[in-house]
Amino acid sequence: MLTPENMAAIKLSLELAACVTLILLIFGTPLAWWLARSESSWTAPVGAVVALPLVLPPTVLGFYLLLAMGPSGYLGQLTATLGLGTLPFTFSGLVVGSCLYSLPFVVQPIQIAFQSIGNRPLEIAAILGASPIDRFITVALPLAKPGFLTATILGFAHTIGEFGVVLMIGGNIPNETRVVSVQMYDHVEALAYDQAHPLAAAMVLLSFLTLLVLYFYQKVRGRAKTNFGVSI
Amino acid sequence: MTEMLKKNTRTSITVQLKQGKEIKHNFSLDIDTHLSDPGVVGIFGESGSGKTTFLRSFAGLLKLPSAVISFNDEVWQNDQIFVPTHKRSIGYVFQEDGLLPHLTVQQNLDYAVRRKRKVSMEGLYKKVVSILNIESLLSALPDQLSGGERQRVSIARSLLQQPRILLMDEPLASLDEKRKREILPYLERVSKQFVIPILYVSHSVEEIARLADYVLVFKQGRIVEEGSPNSVFAKENPFIGLSDEVGVVLDGVISAWDEIWELSTVSTDCGDLLIPKAGTVVGTTIRVRILAKDVSLMETPESKSSILNQLSADVLELSRDQNTAMSLVNLRVKSAHLVARISRKSIDQLKIAPGKSLWVQIKAAAVLN
Repeated sequence: MLTPENMAAIKLSLELAACVTLILLIFGTPLAWWLARSESSWTAPVGAVVALPLVLPPTVLGFYLLLAMGPSGYLGQLTATLGLGTLPFTFSGLVVGSCLYSLPFVVQPIQIAFQSIGNRPLEIAAILGASPIDRFITVALPLAKPGFLTATILGFAHTIGEFGVVLMIGGNIPNETRVVSVQMYDHVEALAYDQAHPLAAAMVLLSFLTLLVLYFYQKVRGRAKTNFGVSI
Repeated sequence: MTEMLKKNTRTSITVQLKQGKEIKHNFSLDIDTHLSDPGVVGIFGESGSGKTTFLRSFAGLLKLPSAVISFNDEVWQNDQIFVPTHKRSIGYVFQEDGLLPHLTVQQNLDYAVRRKRKVSMEGLYKKVVSILNIESLLSALPDQLSGGERQRVSIARSLLQQPRILLMDEPLASLDEKRKREILPYLERVSKQFVIPILYVSHSVEEIARLADYVLVFKQGRIVEEGSPNSVFAKENPFIGLSDEVGVVLDGVISAWDEIWELSTVSTDCGDLLIPKAGTVVGTTIRVRILAKDVSLMETPESKSSILNQLSADVLELSRDQNTAMSLVNLRVKSAHLVARISRKSIDQLKIAPGKSLWVQIKAAAVLN
């Protein structure tokens, strides 16, 4: 079955995906709200930047991140000054890279959900005496729930599946940056198919179960509100 | 219930809105109105006449530059001040989709109650729920309700807020005729039992004639006519443009009920009228609408006529009708006015002119409540 190395890779992938998803939900939600509701002309360029990882080759993103986070990059100098060392080839570096790479997969479903609420429910809440924050918590968040579910699953799954960015900035350090996708690559490179098979099968099963839960949830709700259509 | 807002201080509303065509294509707005103790204000106009803009600005849902809005002693908007919607003491009934879709009826009501500015009145909740007859709907979600039920819940919720003024934006427009008939009595009960000023937007003459104490007529972003329902609807009004709907509204009291012929005697300012089944309970106040096209004129009373109501009248003035073959005759009947719409040929044959005395026949009177 799964060797300890494979198990470690799976654990690391799950940890990374959980961290990234959590961070993105926290910071992506206000960003999605702003993109959905603001009338500022800045929403167009910001929206385009958020969508960039959808079209950029991951290696390009990884290359720039590597430069930025390295000892001579701005980010690297900042983290070094703060006494954190440099981020490349560390788990924290992977988290930062993955957050950027998975950003659109979390922000866009939430943004679409916020947009589809429309003005009316928020106007109603305002009439009933709810302050802006009150309206956000008691009306916008509950009505955007399907969007949050989609965002969580897409963000999580996409982080697990990433390869290019990890390879560029993470390398291949066991228990630190050797996630499942890198481990798979190693196995295949080494022609260790007996190792690759169980790992691949485990990932297929895990992904299928996750999606199964999502689709059952949609069926129970009776309408397919969860939006997989990630639009640019 | 009536004590709810009985301490009703005098209501005073000022709204000045200006919006040039350069801001919104093909639409300009120039409203400057001051209302004092208006009761139910009917805001009448075609779609695109600015009435919803007026209401949304008043509610703070729309922020037009250089608008001035004040309510009683509070300034809600001027050059320096903009009071956000959630701090204005208003209730608002939308045309449709006025309920929070993720909450049940009960939760919708509670949402309003929890956030309102005043301490709850004992028993208000129960009374509102029973007046609007929504007891059985409390556990339903909005999309399980019919359009009429949703509107009733919206109205109930706005009353539970105990607002100082109630805004209604075409609350019946999304309903079919049957549902409208169902809701109108509720609206009437609300306006009678809760002493609260209401701004009621509608493009239906019938609704406004039935509910309003004061009417503002909007046309292309301007108030072109205002006054009591009678003064606005009793003349051929180029702004209303519906010559079939010209008529007067009379308030009356049922003074007798004839069970055999099923006729009610209604005492009005123009005398007693016999109206089929206008009500059986003596003493009930009702409002009737007599359209100009249902009033005809004769030189002498006609004893062999099928028409029950014949009254003597004096001609006050003649005015033009949109239809050039017809003319409107403004009449005084006792202390009230009636309007008759007759052909110009009849005017010539009967030699109708101001000051002439003759008889009117009223062919039909619509009971508005």
